[in-house]
Amino acid sequence: MEKVKVGIIGPGNIGSDLMYKVMRSPYLQMKKMAGIVESEGIRRARSLGFETSIEGVSAVAKDPEIKIVFDATSATAHMTNARVLREAGKMVFDMTPAAVGKFVVPAVNLEKVQKCNNLNMVTCGGQATIPLAYAVQRASKCSYVEIVSCIASKSAGPGTRANIDEFTQTTAKALREICGIPKSKAIIILNPAEPPLMMTNTVYCLVENPDERAICQSVNEMVKKVQSYVPGYRLRVPPILDGNKVTVIAEVKGAGDFLPSYSGNLDIINAAAIAAAEKIAVMSYGGRSDNE
Amino acid sequence: MSKIKIVDTTMRDGSHAIKHQYTPEMVGRIAGALDACKVDVIEVSHGDGIGGSSINYGFGKCDEMELLKAARVNIQHAELAVLLLPGIGTIEDLKQARETGVSMVRVATHVTEADIAIQHLKAAKLLGMKTVGFLMMTHMASPETILEQSKIFVDCGVDYINLADSAGYLTPDMVRERISILKSKLDVPVGFHAHNNLGLAVANAMAAAGEGAQYLDVTLRGIGAGAGNAQSEVLCSVLQREGYDLAVDSYGLMDAAQDLVEPIMLRPQVIDTASLMLGYAGVYSSFYIHTCRAAERFGLNPRDILVEIGKRKMVGGQEDMIIDVAYALAEKKKAEGK
Repeated sequence: MEKVKVGIIGPGNIGSDLMYKVMRSPYLQMKKMAGIVESEGIRRARSLGFETSIEGVSAVAKDPEIKIVFDATSATAHMTNARVLREAGKMVFDMTPAAVGKFVVPAVNLEKVQKCNNLNMVTCGGQATIPLAYAVQRASKCSYVEIVSCIASKSAGPGTRANIDEFTQTTAKALREICGIPKSKAIIILNPAEPPLMMTNTVYCLVENPDERAICQSVNEMVKKVQSYVPGYRLRVPPILDGNKVTVIAEVKGAGDFLPSYSGNLDIINAAAIAAAEKIAVMSYGGRSDNE
Repeated sequence: MSKIKIVDTTMRDGSHAIKHQYTPEMVGRIAGALDACKVDVIEVSHGDGIGGSSINYGFGKCDEMELLKAARVNIQHAELAVLLLPGIGTIEDLKQARETGVSMVRVATHVTEADIAIQHLKAAKLLGMKTVGFLMMTHMASPETILEQSKIFVDCGVDYINLADSAGYLTPDMVRERISILKSKLDVPVGFHAHNNLGLAVANAMAAAGEGAQYLDVTLRGIGAGAGNAQSEVLCSVLQREGYDLAVDSYGLMDAAQDLVEPIMLRPQVIDTASLMLGYAGVYSSFYIHTCRAAERFGLNPRDILVEIGKRKMVGGQEDMIIDVAYALAEKKKAEGK
């Protein structure tokens, strides 16, 4: 049995980092990088020996060998790409905030959504905070969740900067939908300190009947689960109870595949997409490691 | 001398000092008094801007939109403004504010991150609002960087650019070099927002006016985050004595400060040790109350927390990191005690 072949659309920072992560995967095989113009990212993929195209989505859609596609373009482009890829029968991971498909956070809800053919990766802040909010919620029911993600200015690209509202709104929506918490708020802060700071994520929950031991145990289990696909994920502050308020703070250090380690925000969303893709590769396409 | 416009932020920055407990009734009364005193702009919002009501910054007692409506019906001539911090407030919040009759938005970012405000400034223009580009923590960047960032706002067609000394760190000379570079290189009016953590708020506002700043942020009694802001009735009196062209009624402001604001203050607006440390270490002024709370919770001296926050170069909005720092300091203390 062979590894499952992968195509990536959008050879920017996200797309290039995904490519390096696919190269390390025992279940996935990098096949094609597609863009819409000749670029550094296209040249990089070519120099690594992969197929490239500047015909965008169609180059990937018409390649019958490609089963899994990562769309790292933009929300607007994904609206069109999603339709083309669905018609071509591809399994799609949407890295943009378009949210055409269901939200997925691998440590939390992959089993529930794995049959969908288009999965949205929420946001970097969502990937970092939803597991913690979910862990608190399953231990002590929450009425409200609020998160604050702080990322290094250097790791916020033009797409993020032009669409800050999409980050806060998409993250808040996914917190409600995935965790089942009725009210939510998301905040994002850019910090320009030099050397750049690691991404930090604070989760506040208002809980009805706080059970400190159960909350700590649930959070610790969840952190281990996230660490299985994001090694640089760790608690800075374990759950602290103050009345009915729970505070937890986690840090994400990037794996440094293509982007610097302070770009934990980009690393976690990509690592989550790869983790989800690997599980689906095994389940749907029988993909497996050459070593098996 | 050039005409100075007075921007009252008693019901925005001042909101920090009363833990965001403004009621429509208080806002209506203060807004009416300010309007009668002919201030030019009245800003009403959560201390961290619209949408700021949260665990991280403190929940507002009342719905902001109700506060804005109360201000609106009591204002005849002043511009009613809101503050919006991208990453905290959204265009959706702005649309709601616009529906209550708000005519101006000040979109505030950290001094090096102006481009995250572009979508909000453009949306505000489409809503027919006056717009202001607002740079916070201006002590953390050089005058040249401030000029570069201000150009992003100019390209968005803002009505003026406001520089904030959010940490109350600047001295009059530092204010002069920041205002003068914008006045000499740009073609838009400039404003200044002072904090009094080092006792320099009025002096810094005067320095800004001396360099041609046309919009000055003030609060009645100086009520605001940290040691508060430039005290309205004091600054306006000095400006008038110095011969600046000012439309406001200073006596009316003195009365409003005494009769309407002083009774709602939780503490006198003095420079205590913690607020002095904000200015000294360059920490965002609204961290004050949250730091005092964390110091109590973790058995620490607020001063130690603030110095560490300053060292880590935390920016506005990172109130959550007060817990992070306090936890780390408390753990360290525990380990050393063993």
